[in-house]
Amino acid sequence: MTSPKGIAALGAAVRKRVIGLGVFTRFFIRLLAASSIVFKRPRLVSQQIHFIGNHSLLIIAVSGLFVGFVLGLQGYYTLNRYGSEEALGLLVALSLTRELGPVVTALLFAGRAGTSLTAEIGLMRAGEQLAAMEVMAVDPARRVLAPRFWGGVIAMPVLAAVFSMVGILGGWIVGVLLIGIDTGAFWSQMQSGVDVWKDVMNGVIKSIVFGVAVTLIALFEGWQARPTPEGVARATTRTVVAGSLAVLGLDFLLTALMFSN
Amino acid sequence: MPSPASTSNNPVLRLDSVSLGYGDFTVLRDISLEVSRGQVVAMMGGSGSGKTTLLRAATGQLRARGGVVTLFDQDLAQTDARQLQALRQRMGVLFQQGALFTDLNVFENVAFPLREHASLGQAETLSRVLNTLDSVGLRCAAHLKVSEVSGGMARRVALARAVILEPELVLYDEPFAGLDPISLGITARLIRNLSDRLGCASVVITHDIAESFAIADQVYLVGQGCIKAHGAPATLHASTDPYVQQFLNGHPDGPVPFEYPSTPAFESWLARQGALQ
Repeated sequence: MTSPKGIAALGAAVRKRVIGLGVFTRFFIRLLAASSIVFKRPRLVSQQIHFIGNHSLLIIAVSGLFVGFVLGLQGYYTLNRYGSEEALGLLVALSLTRELGPVVTALLFAGRAGTSLTAEIGLMRAGEQLAAMEVMAVDPARRVLAPRFWGGVIAMPVLAAVFSMVGILGGWIVGVLLIGIDTGAFWSQMQSGVDVWKDVMNGVIKSIVFGVAVTLIALFEGWQARPTPEGVARATTRTVVAGSLAVLGLDFLLTALMFSN
Repeated sequence: MPSPASTSNNPVLRLDSVSLGYGDFTVLRDISLEVSRGQVVAMMGGSGSGKTTLLRAATGQLRARGGVVTLFDQDLAQTDARQLQALRQRMGVLFQQGALFTDLNVFENVAFPLREHASLGQAETLSRVLNTLDSVGLRCAAHLKVSEVSGGMARRVALARAVILEPELVLYDEPFAGLDPISLGITARLIRNLSDRLGCASVVITHDIAESFAIADQVYLVGQGCIKAHGAPATLHASTDPYVQQFLNGHPDGPVPFEYPSTPAFESWLARQGALQ
């Protein structure tokens, strides 16, 4: 029989989660309500796209290249058993546009840009910069959070596209240049097998959803961080853990919705 | 056109029997004070006496538990977010730690309130920011990053940012901390001159007796959760109150406690350490 203390602890835990969800939802609504600044001062958003996107470009491109190399090798080993190695281009392209491009980019994005956003917002709170803005009659949600949020949401699909393009190039280098698959077969199979709407656009939608999730989590954790070095460090860790789990969970849901018959 | 409040003779800031605190702890009780236009009011007291808490109440960051805080003739307890924003646009605040925006350089930090609240052209913004920086002796530091300026310089940048919009009320939290003697004297004169020139009300939270007494019209001495004394600097100097005398002369013994008092939380913590055995 469950003890009253156990029931109380369970109730407290559930209550804490529900309150946390409510706070997160209110934060998201506040962020959306403050988003008019995106149209009034687009320069603030373009600065964030540069900061978030451009600074993540190198890690995304290098990771994409290596993922492409591995896909090229593994794909060739498997397809070779069935004499279908000409389909390597199709396999690499579908893997990248449908799954690996959006997912791996989002995971890298959480680790690179997400942590950076959390630390920045957390340190702004610790340094009283957000309080100073409020006292100057400037809404920090409007001036600080909204441009960063939309900067992240816009940068994410672009980074995912770069990842997929570089990955395909990596697959081509391994398959065509190193292994010797016919280059015409590599590209023509890809061209005939990849559907722009079903494969590419679904990948783009996924990356937008991941961009919303990861950027929102990163900003929320920074906003809620305790204003101490330890508090900011913990918030940064939570961004990576929660952001990565959210990406993987959302990927399962989106894949089930997008690619079911 | 000036707002009705800006032409009235009512105090810019008034606290009537105000109580303030955090969580279960009440920091200040039954605080009453007034700050009028053109007046410099110094708020003095020991560390942890609640001076910054008073400032937070004046900015609307902390709601009063009791009593009434009136800012520009409006009861802060009755204002909504939009009204509070409008009131805050009429005040400037110098934060204790400066609170400069570390992603912006010195110029952009000072220009920040202008860019947010005034529709000025680039040339006018440049001229106004450089003039304000000039008044704190940092015109030629406009291009520097915040990380490249010293603590004292950062405080002067924060001061320039607080007054760039020529507010009707300026709250200075420890404006003299970390300044060299020359900067300290210049900053004190700047505060006095701003009040005289703009007719703005100034509240200066400070430990620096000499400089604040030189520029203040009124001095409030905060301690033991209340206002222990107030009056013109000459009146306080002449006071025979042991509390006032000990604070002003820095005597180690007297009614102003140096040691942090024991609390049940401390006793409980000490018991857990096994130190009472």
